[in-house]
Amino acid sequence: MTSAIAPGPLSPIIATAPALDAAEGLDVAAHTPGQLAWRRYWRHRGAAVSTVIMAILLLIVIFSGLTTRYGVNEAVLDISEGKNQYLPPQDIAWFGTDDIGRDIYSRLILGIRTSLFIGVASALLSVFIGTAVGAVAGLRGGRFDDIMMRVTDLFLAFPFLVAVIIVREFLGNLPWLTPIVGEKSSVRFVICLFAVFGWMGVARLVRSQVLVLKEREFVEAARAVGGSSTRIVVSHLLPNSIGPILVALTISVIAAIVGESTLAFFGLGPQPGAGGTSLGKLIELSREGAKQGNWWLVAFPCGSLVLLAICINFIGDGLRDALDPKLDSGK
Amino acid sequence: MTDIVEVGPTPVVGEGAVLSLRDLRVEFKTPNGMVQAVRGVDIDVGPGEMVGVVGESGSGKSVTFLGMLGLLPRTARISGSATVGGIEMVGAPKRVMRGIRGKRVAMIFQDPLSALNPVYRVGDQIVEMIESHQTINKRAAMARAVDLLNLVGIPQPLVRSKQYPHEFSGGMRQRVMIAMAIANDPDVLIADEPTTALDVTVQAQILEVIDRIRTEMHTAVVLITHDLGVIARVADRVQVMYAGRVVERTDVHSLFAKPTHPYSQGLLNSIPRIGLERLVPIAGSPPNMLRPPSGCAFRTRCVYAIPQCGEVLPELAPHHGALSACIRADELDLKVV
Amino acid sequence: MLRFIVRRALWMLPTVVFVTFLVYIAVRIGWNPVASYQRANPRASKAKLAEYREINGLYDGFFGYLRGYKEWGWRFVRGPDEWSRSIKGRADVYSPLRYAFFNTLRLGLVSAVFGISIGLFLGVLAARRPGGWFDTTVNTAAFFLGSIPPFVSGVVLQLIFAVQLGWLPPAGLYPPGHQGFDLVLMTKHLILPVTVVAIQTISAYSRYMRASLLDVSSADYLRTARAKGISEGAVLRRHGVRNALIPVVTVLGIDIGGLIGGLIITENIFNYPGMGVFFIRASTNGDFPQLMPYLVLIVVSVLLFNLIADLVYAFLDPRIRLD
Repeated sequence: MTSAIAPGPLSPIIATAPALDAAEGLDVAAHTPGQLAWRRYWRHRGAAVSTVIMAILLLIVIFSGLTTRYGVNEAVLDISEGKNQYLPPQDIAWFGTDDIGRDIYSRLILGIRTSLFIGVASALLSVFIGTAVGAVAGLRGGRFDDIMMRVTDLFLAFPFLVAVIIVREFLGNLPWLTPIVGEKSSVRFVICLFAVFGWMGVARLVRSQVLVLKEREFVEAARAVGGSSTRIVVSHLLPNSIGPILVALTISVIAAIVGESTLAFFGLGPQPGAGGTSLGKLIELSREGAKQGNWWLVAFPCGSLVLLAICINFIGDGLRDALDPKLDSGK
Repeated sequence: MTDIVEVGPTPVVGEGAVLSLRDLRVEFKTPNGMVQAVRGVDIDVGPGEMVGVVGESGSGKSVTFLGMLGLLPRTARISGSATVGGIEMVGAPKRVMRGIRGKRVAMIFQDPLSALNPVYRVGDQIVEMIESHQTINKRAAMARAVDLLNLVGIPQPLVRSKQYPHEFSGGMRQRVMIAMAIANDPDVLIADEPTTALDVTVQAQILEVIDRIRTEMHTAVVLITHDLGVIARVADRVQVMYAGRVVERTDVHSLFAKPTHPYSQGLLNSIPRIGLERLVPIAGSPPNMLRPPSGCAFRTRCVYAIPQCGEVLPELAPHHGALSACIRADELDLKVV
Repeated sequence: MLRFIVRRALWMLPTVVFVTFLVYIAVRIGWNPVASYQRANPRASKAKLAEYREINGLYDGFFGYLRGYKEWGWRFVRGPDEWSRSIKGRADVYSPLRYAFFNTLRLGLVSAVFGISIGLFLGVLAARRPGGWFDTTVNTAAFFLGSIPPFVSGVVLQLIFAVQLGWLPPAGLYPPGHQGFDLVLMTKHLILPVTVVAIQTISAYSRYMRASLLDVSSADYLRTARAKGISEGAVLRRHGVRNALIPVVTVLGIDIGGLIGGLIITENIFNYPGMGVFFIRASTNGDFPQLMPYLVLIVVSVLLFNLIADLVYAFLDPRIRLD
């Protein structure tokens, strides 16, 4: 006697995916992977709080016209009205003033704006270049891949600051390069500088992701249906690599911001000209005054830097959890 | 402890069994509640006997024995009784369990490549098994390890013992695992899907090795698999599991000739055979073990289900010379297509 | 295995030569040694300038670079006595470099040993109960501390402990003017810099070890080990940690390679007379005779430890031994 025929699988071994999903507390009902990822992201408390903080920060920074209280080089008080140097935080200057009486609060907002811009711009550039190189290296394999891996291996093993300084001097002194990357002390230059370093980490990440995906059946299927290589990369590999790419993006942003501050610390940072300042510059200028015990010079810029670092790191963590829960060890 | 009287060619009475499970239950604590993976399993295995445990993924067949040995993650709760040679394992202190694992009860796993540590030589891994239960010097232990490799049919055992797992083929690796498992002459050998990861031609060899061990060393063997062909080959008796419970228990011949549970029938019908025009799958999917259906768990997929099937959790009872957990076993005439 | 080692070791020499050549080009272009000399010695005569160019092989153009590199290379391998002199006052390059090197080595090794061992230990403990309170605490602490850039923690620690509280000295290897060797004083001066470096190291390595151990803990061979009846401690040691160490050790090797050049920030903040300070000064002055030996040291260190890391990896993981 035959049992009822149903359009089921050939063997009675059926995946228990619904049971697993139910165990995770997620509704099995139709949810796209994107929606599930979104939910998982917001369940990560650190990432959620950080996103809110970053959003507020972004608003403050974008609308700096409204949020700053003074100009970037404007003294809070005229010399004639009274001493304006090294004032501790008070009513006229929420975060105190520096050695020539400028409002730290306003300068901080403008400084963060510049630094964020540097961070995001160089990260985007890094990711753009790195994804392209990494994808090609992963797909093609062969000598290109070999060479790329060894070169990046070596570069990444070098002490970071030494390498940055060398590359900085080198790039800055090639006259034919200057029209593209700008002068050594410009913001444009420092963005390019970090992109030169940043792309390597991204390329390696993308390459390993591509290597894994390359073996997956859906790529074989795409080829079998006659998809060309570029098409496969664009429509199949890249969307599945979004996770590591996004995480690499956040890491690049924070690396660039911290890197810019570090360079500024040694006086090698971007000089945004009379019209602006950067986080690194603020920290650099703070060192001298800080030795005399003016804590606010150090506290606010450094605090902002640390806050930025922590928030962006959390966001990266949250993205990692949301986009690839299998990698989540121990939650 | 109730005796379970078997009817069939090899009757095994409760006291003669070397491994006895009574009402073994395993639950997992999850954020969504308790998942009931094993819901009351009874098993007896006598020395030199090979009992097959059949079921699909999720039936709880592996979890039963992993739980019995205490090899499940911390989220698992095990209750009921499981005794080997009279020693109770459920709730036993860690020291006792360590004495049982590898000595009285040994286990081999499905994928020998991942089950063997890739950074240690094969001989050393067997020596580790030996040394954890015997006081013996290194050289003697290594000699014994080489002997064991020879016993399971690995050529050039001395040379091979110095090699690493990745230098072996799949079948050879599984032999290594078997050699390791029998190193301390265990009373019970639990083979969890030992042939699933292997080529068909190699499967037969491995089963032959296991069978030889059973007869030569008089070991009780539990063979866990989802492949009925494997059962047909070497097992004496078989228990069919579904949704954490045993639904049929009988000897191998009777099962294949005349199943007494609709699930068993469904399994047998799903085997592709020459001459069959269409494959006959079992409709539906396994139940959610967070909230299993009331009464008989199979009723949601069973063509013979009646309203009473959902009322009471059916126990194994004798029907047509086998033990079946189907309340309609007597009236149904289940044939294999 | 031996062939593997020999093959990799033989590749080292040409790689070192190649990379130092690239570095040479970068230095020639980036710092313009001739111009730097002129800046440092504005009243130098034409003859002196020519002598400088001659000694240092500062020829122009690509082939000039090749020739210059060859000359410089020969001079370099003939030993420190043959090395050209610094542009500032014709000072000896070797002695200050050696002094700086050992100072950095001291700071680096102490921080590394301290930081890595604590980090690994914490990582192992944290991974025993993933999600437990210890794990969460360690993870969170590592996360926050690791997010603080080293120069922030350096400046802050210096401010708090040296300037405000005065418990520890704010700078240097010894108090100014101190002569001779004094272990206690040296230790006091090392505490702050080592702490700054250790913060980064501990947070990084605890996370590496934890992640690696958790990766390993889902491996089947751990279950097999338990099924053998060995103690949980033995399972952790012989199977868990042993396998989890493999990727960690590789990273460690590479990290150590970058050690002597990687402490620039800390040394600068605490005015510690090490390689970092040496480099910044040489870089600011564009001091070619100082820069090149320094960079060669860095390159050799990086390449050497990369090689060692590869070899250790092969030693630990038999799967990748390619013959």
